[in-house]
Amino acid sequence: MLCDQCRERDAVVHLTQIVGQSVAQVHLCERCAAERGIETTVAEPKHPLGDFLQAVQQQASQLPGDLPRCAYCGTSLQEFRASGRLGCAHCYAAFDQSLRELLRRVHGATRHAGWRPVPAEAATAGRPEGAGDLAARLDALRGELARAVAAEAFESAAALRDQIRALE
Amino acid sequence: MTLDLSLLPDGGLQWLAPTGEHAAIVLSSRIRLARNLAGFAFPPRSREGERLRVLQAVRQALPAVPGLRDGVVVRVDECTPSERLLLHERHLVSRELAGLEVSAGAPTAGAVVVTGDVGVMVNEEDHLRLQVFRSGFDLEGALQHAEGVDRALGAVVPYAVHPEFGFLTSCPTNTGTGLRASVLIHLPGLVLTQEIGKVLQGLQHMGLTHRGLYGEGSEVLGNLFQISNQTTLGRSEGELVDQLARVVRRVVDREEEARRVLRREAGYIIEDKLWRAYGTLRHARSLTGEEAMQLLSGVRLAASLQLVAGLSIYTLNKLLIFSQTAHLMHAAGRALTESEASVARARYVRSVLAAEARITD
Repeated sequence: MLCDQCRERDAVVHLTQIVGQSVAQVHLCERCAAERGIETTVAEPKHPLGDFLQAVQQQASQLPGDLPRCAYCGTSLQEFRASGRLGCAHCYAAFDQSLRELLRRVHGATRHAGWRPVPAEAATAGRPEGAGDLAARLDALRGELARAVAAEAFESAAALRDQIRALE
Repeated sequence: MTLDLSLLPDGGLQWLAPTGEHAAIVLSSRIRLARNLAGFAFPPRSREGERLRVLQAVRQALPAVPGLRDGVVVRVDECTPSERLLLHERHLVSRELAGLEVSAGAPTAGAVVVTGDVGVMVNEEDHLRLQVFRSGFDLEGALQHAEGVDRALGAVVPYAVHPEFGFLTSCPTNTGTGLRASVLIHLPGLVLTQEIGKVLQGLQHMGLTHRGLYGEGSEVLGNLFQISNQTTLGRSEGELVDQLARVVRRVVDREEEARRVLRREAGYIIEDKLWRAYGTLRHARSLTGEEAMQLLSGVRLAASLQLVAGLSIYTLNKLLIFSQTAHLMHAAGRALTESEASVARARYVRSVLAAEARITD
């Protein structure tokens, strides 16, 4: 791949720039990168997101084959790597393995030690019956489906998919 | 939609009143909790209809939440660009939600719920960004209030949670507690004695981080720093806040020490510098935003060293916010060019300082 700037030398630095909501890839050769003040050796991460993106990039080179995709919102692991943003709560199950590693690197832990959320039963108690329950049931099933797909348990995934279709 | 600021309780600026501990150095304390509603994709991924339903769910929940019951809901996406900038200048809305980062404007169904000391951003990077502001150094007070509001709100709109990871957020850097605790702190002494580099480096080692007045990506102006925690998972909200508070207390001590050194070692040089800052603010006919911030920093230092008597910290806090461009435009009732804004800024600052002038040489 040629350098985006000089279009002469091979690009060796690949940057993902996030400006607002748009993501741009910039590929530069060593010289053009140096001109822009970008270190070509891996720099010490200065903030958690940098640390985290670096971890994502390292994983990218380690993972073989197909990349998982969240069955609920459709976000792929690749998209998550490009944007640094997860698509929905089920992405946490879909990308469980990669995320665990990331969370450990960024926070030094994976287990939440803070406030416990209000239990769902208490939370839904005040809501009208019917629509809410169905939505919650669908939600739970989609979560299970995402986990099943991530774990490559395709038989149970198929069963869950059928259940979801029936409810929908 | 025209933004009627008189409808906002205290204009969302209760924290400007310098009632808290160390208020001359620590301007404000803030607790931010990132939350998402169960059953909806996170805002960066969600469709328009979903975003509207999230906002609807939040609106319906408000009457059941003490602390938010009297909140005013402002649809940021229906505001004009200068109104959005004004909400941002008040720290009520992030750059992202105000649509200042992209030409497309504010995201659909982006909103903010405003009360005197709580602001809830809706459909920002996460469905909810609950913020509690306190005057001065009062992180514990802010956390306690945030916990009450968060629990009550979470009981009405169930949050997206994970049995192990805790509260789930769009960006994994916020997962767990979703907590960002921060103080807005004025450190001219450490900057003038060139100690600031060491202090900021020390923060990094403690797992803390610093930013400018307007948070992520904003530059440090007027010697105002935002110091906050960096990690959100693995430790409780109380522990995270305790650690930040301990470090901030040490930074405050060092700032006070630096101010003593400055007075002792460079008494007249500092006095002259600060009086010049006051003189410029009191008489200038045109001030850029950056210039005003720098000069206000000098006058704030002068006031806390009791060089300038009769100038209240509240006035200086107010000047900091109300001398910004969108606030000047709002006062003028029209859009201003950059040079018009500079003239309006100088006029406003002069009038405020003149009203408080009990200054004797």
